Amino acid sequence: MITKVKPRIATTSLAGCFGCHMSLLDIDERLLDLVEIADFDRCPIDDIKEFHDHCTIGLVEGGCSNDENVHVLQQIRQHCEILVSVGECARTGGIPALRNPIALKECLDEAYQSGPTVYNPSGTIPNDQEIPLLLNRVIPCHEVVKVDYHIMGCPPSAETLWKVLTALLSHEDVELPYELIKYD
Amino acid sequence: MNTRVVIEPVTRVEGHGKVTIHLDDRGNVDQARLHVVEFRGFERFIQGRPYWEVPVLVQRLCGICPVSHHLAASKAMDYVIGAEKITPTAEKIRRLMHYGQIYQSHALHFFHLASPDLLFGFDGEVAKRNVIGVAQEYPQLATQGIMMRRYGQEIIEATAGKRIHGTGSIPGGVNKNLSIEERDHFLSSIDQQMEWSRSAVNIARDYTLAHLETASQFAAFDSNHLGLVDESGTLDLYDGKLKAIDARGSIIFEKMNPQDYAGYIAEEVRSWSYMKFPFIRSLGPRKGWYRVGPLARVNLCDRMGTPEADAARDEFMAVSGGMPNNLSLAYHWARMIELLHCIEQIRNLLNDPDLQGEDLVVKGEFRGEGVAILEAPRGTLFHHYKVDENDQVTMANLIVSTTSNNEAMNRAVSDVAEKYLTGREINEGLLNHVEVAIRAYDPCLSCATHSLGQMPLIIELVDGHGSVIARRKKA
Repeated sequence: MITKVKPRIATTSLAGCFGCHMSLLDIDERLLDLVEIADFDRCPIDDIKEFHDHCTIGLVEGGCSNDENVHVLQQIRQHCEILVSVGECARTGGIPALRNPIALKECLDEAYQSGPTVYNPSGTIPNDQEIPLLLNRVIPCHEVVKVDYHIMGCPPSAETLWKVLTALLSHEDVELPYELIKYD
Repeated sequence: MNTRVVIEPVTRVEGHGKVTIHLDDRGNVDQARLHVVEFRGFERFIQGRPYWEVPVLVQRLCGICPVSHHLAASKAMDYVIGAEKITPTAEKIRRLMHYGQIYQSHALHFFHLASPDLLFGFDGEVAKRNVIGVAQEYPQLATQGIMMRRYGQEIIEATAGKRIHGTGSIPGGVNKNLSIEERDHFLSSIDQQMEWSRSAVNIARDYTLAHLETASQFAAFDSNHLGLVDESGTLDLYDGKLKAIDARGSIIFEKMNPQDYAGYIAEEVRSWSYMKFPFIRSLGPRKGWYRVGPLARVNLCDRMGTPEADAARDEFMAVSGGMPNNLSLAYHWARMIELLHCIEQIRNLLNDPDLQGEDLVVKGEFRGEGVAILEAPRGTLFHHYKVDENDQVTMANLIVSTTSNNEAMNRAVSDVAEKYLTGREINEGLLNHVEVAIRAYDPCLSCATHSLGQMPLIIELVDGHGSVIARRKKA
């Protein structure tokens, strides 16, 4: 007997707020239907820490704000047949990209030197080798790797994510009705 | 040989974190740290934005508890524009939104994220240790968790317009009330939600009592506790005065006016984390650290203020002889007591005709500066803004809940690493113990990254010379 291998879905959150992942969980009890037709690979809600060799779909939330984000994005691209930028941060950099017109040093100084509750007698700015290096600009995913689909929304609604996932899993075109095309 | 172990990313937490553990040549833990590894810069880039935009902008700090930031920013802006005396309808709609959010967030944490450790064991099979694994073995429990979270999310949608990143709260009030149809929809399943909440408290209680010996050894340490209570000392998650107690329950300060917060709390910067380390100023950076969130709140309030949660709290407090409970693993039980409290509050509010009131917004005399504090699911949340005469933000300072637990989580990591990794051959199951300790705090690393980092959780095992022996995650 041949057991059919279920397609795998990998997900990751880069410089985002996790809202897109929460929106995915907002499919509520359909989550139980989803795991009937697909398996989750590396995803923040399980304990798989590495991407599997071959995943059918990769969902990326968030843009790239540091070198670690870039690394993870390259990895998920490498392992996924179809890569989807989910939400405004992945698509455009989103709210975190509001720092782009401002010098990075100014942002760091505001957080670690000048705030009304900052206690920093030595003037330290976090710089340990254990924490990633910040990029000068927050960049959308498609400036780093090839992205196959972009889903708009902050976050995309659960209904939108459900429609996209089920279409991709059944090798159909993704068609969203007008009501689901929202950017907020 | 000295060793460095890395866990990265820490999973089943919201956001990204990394743990590094350094062992000396005898296998003793030299150093164990939880790093927050992302920086956003909200405090800076929000400058120049119009104040009325802030409640919808800053909630993008966090997709898990956006309502906390939405409401904290609204409350601070109420004060900025001199409109902090909002109408009863507006306050109750905001409270409903807030209780709905804490309800969904606590359900999410307990059922979707933490329950696999409790059900399958801290070193349970990796492939099963997630909500899908729970759904396969305990389908009823998983469904209950999903339906509870859904109820909270639907309340947020009804009051804020969207489940995530809504627009319902505005400076001076709210922009919609709750219709009779919406109310009746929620009332139709309130009894089921009440029943599920009671059962969640029982599950968490029974688990804690059955594992009390482990819990007393596992990241159990004395700390100060911080949270909001109302004038009478009753827990108030939306508004109130700040209170801090020490590990024995003695009061450090109480009835602190939120506008004065900067005189009481400061945050230390350390080089190895983008997340700062808050402390109580009067006690200094070494002794002034504290815990926030469900454990701290249940410890420091005199009562929950709703009958069933009060009875549940009495049982909880009895375990530590009426003194503060300082066990990290007791967070789960405390969290479920709060979940029950929230559903009781939701039921009370749904039966309150003020929710259908039409007086939604008030105006006031512009003040230009405001602070708001509320209790987010994970703990005390501070928002402080200054706004100029052009309505543009000139200063923002945010202390998010998870930041306040930074020191405690680091101590939890150290304690568990020392007890479980010392002199042992490190394996996945042992390293998950470290993550279990972090998960007890339900860290929202997305939030904590606000200005600071989004932490992919990584644990590294390092030797005394700093070379990595093992690293969880990160090829």
